[in-house]
Amino acid sequence: MNGVEGFMYPNEIGLQWSVLIVLYPFITGLVAGAFILASLERVFHVEAVKPTYRLALLTALSFLIVAPLPLQLHLGHPERSPEMYFTPHSTSAMAMFGYVYLWYLMAVLVFEIWLDYRKDIVLLARSSKGLLRLKYKVMSLGSDNINPRALHIDEKVGWVVTLIGIPSAFLLHGYVGFIFGSIKANPWWSSPLMPVVFIFSAMVSGIAGVMLIYMATTKLRGQKIEMRCVDTIAMYLFYIFIIDFSLEMLDLIHRIYEADESFRSLDFLVHTQLYIPHIVIQIMLGTITPLVLLFITQVIKLPEQLRKRIYVVSGCLALMGIFAMRWNVVIGGQLFSKSFLGYTTYKMALVTREGSLVALALAILPLFILWALIKVLPPWMAEPASHQPAGD
Amino acid sequence: MNIFKDAGHLFRFAGLFVLAFIVFLVVRGYVVPKSFGQYGHYRGDAMSDIAAHPVKFAGHQACETCHTDKADEKSKGKHAHVNCEACHGALAKHADDPAAVTPTKPDTATLCARCHTATAAKPKEFPQVNPSDHSNGVPCETCHQPHNPAIADAGGAK
Repeated sequence: MNGVEGFMYPNEIGLQWSVLIVLYPFITGLVAGAFILASLERVFHVEAVKPTYRLALLTALSFLIVAPLPLQLHLGHPERSPEMYFTPHSTSAMAMFGYVYLWYLMAVLVFEIWLDYRKDIVLLARSSKGLLRLKYKVMSLGSDNINPRALHIDEKVGWVVTLIGIPSAFLLHGYVGFIFGSIKANPWWSSPLMPVVFIFSAMVSGIAGVMLIYMATTKLRGQKIEMRCVDTIAMYLFYIFIIDFSLEMLDLIHRIYEADESFRSLDFLVHTQLYIPHIVIQIMLGTITPLVLLFITQVIKLPEQLRKRIYVVSGCLALMGIFAMRWNVVIGGQLFSKSFLGYTTYKMALVTREGSLVALALAILPLFILWALIKVLPPWMAEPASHQPAGD
Repeated sequence: MNIFKDAGHLFRFAGLFVLAFIVFLVVRGYVVPKSFGQYGHYRGDAMSDIAAHPVKFAGHQACETCHTDKADEKSKGKHAHVNCEACHGALAKHADDPAAVTPTKPDTATLCARCHTATAAKPKEFPQVNPSDHSNGVPCETCHQPHNPAIADAGGAK
């Protein structure tokens, strides 16, 4: 049979989970990571990253809106998905995730964004006319109370929501790792470290993603990138990347040292089919290279322009590395037989429902949603007048 | 109380949640079948719906009542434990009224290949062939009798 080597059980020959299931944890990871970056300013008072606060929240929202789409496309019958809410199945982690998603979307992200933008929305409602005014009136829920006491309450409530949002973000993405980590029949996935690795890799991708989006949007607006801000983000990216890499290596060393009955089969896979995506793209290019680059920026005082370039390269490589990590987990975990005696291959389709074009479209879609959200709720609205570009 | 006045917008937001929750409960009341959860995490009435389906398989005992010659032949070969309807299809209607419903004879060139085409997943001792190499489209029954497929001179089916 094409693409099959050795012994495969019949249900292992074709992969059940496609590139869309790779995309799904990548997108939720960006959501969780972007939110953690936003919380740095709100909860941990890291003032330097303030320019990215609103952008991080909007980025998280844009990606969260798209997060269920890969699953809907993979499963088909999207009209059945509300069943998950109507008839909750408490012993199924996948079924309960609907509630985690809804909680995170509505009670955390939308509420926090609304609280943070409320003053601006009210001011926009007051200064606009016609339909635009109606739109902002609806968004303010008809309340135009922005006296200092009301705003103080918003600030306090927003702080609490962010505080609750941190474990929620961990839950959102830890769940994805949990789903894989709890499949005891698959030795490539079954590891209690999986949720933790997923959370830290999510933070890496989210922070890198927001850093790149901040640099790109600032550049597009013709504004100056605040180096204090990107330097601080890069510093956090570096530290979290070290933790993420350490955890992944710990997992790897543990597997090598334990060397259970699956080890030879998995080792063969890593040295053959997964060599390029795992060793070259994920570890060499996607982890060690950005780590070295970020390390250089931490120990050597480089010129501003060079630092910016390094941050862009490191951010892109980090995103590529995290995507490769998701790929290696999802696809890699389906390439070997549970008998450990055979291997199959995954050939990605191009224009099918679960093909690469659909995956590419879903990966880009959040950026369009972000663009629309920025149009409605510009993150830089609160900046001093001198920073506003003339035609923006 | 000023605190309630200044937090009024929060109550509006909370009101939206309450409203959404009420809408959810109303929709849930309409769309979730009443018998859901009666026996487990599924619609209880599905049991009686499925039970009401007409029986399609007659069972090998029904076949063997009339086709004693074939039953004898089959009982001596490797296919002794293969049910009649596994190859001939569901035949409850034929068993009910043999004169009115007559089953079509299966095409052995394709039927046998369903089980005996070689794949890596089958145990080695299970007879399996590459049909195009083995018979090149010639119906299997030319050499093997389906009810007792062993070829006596060759010492067993291959």
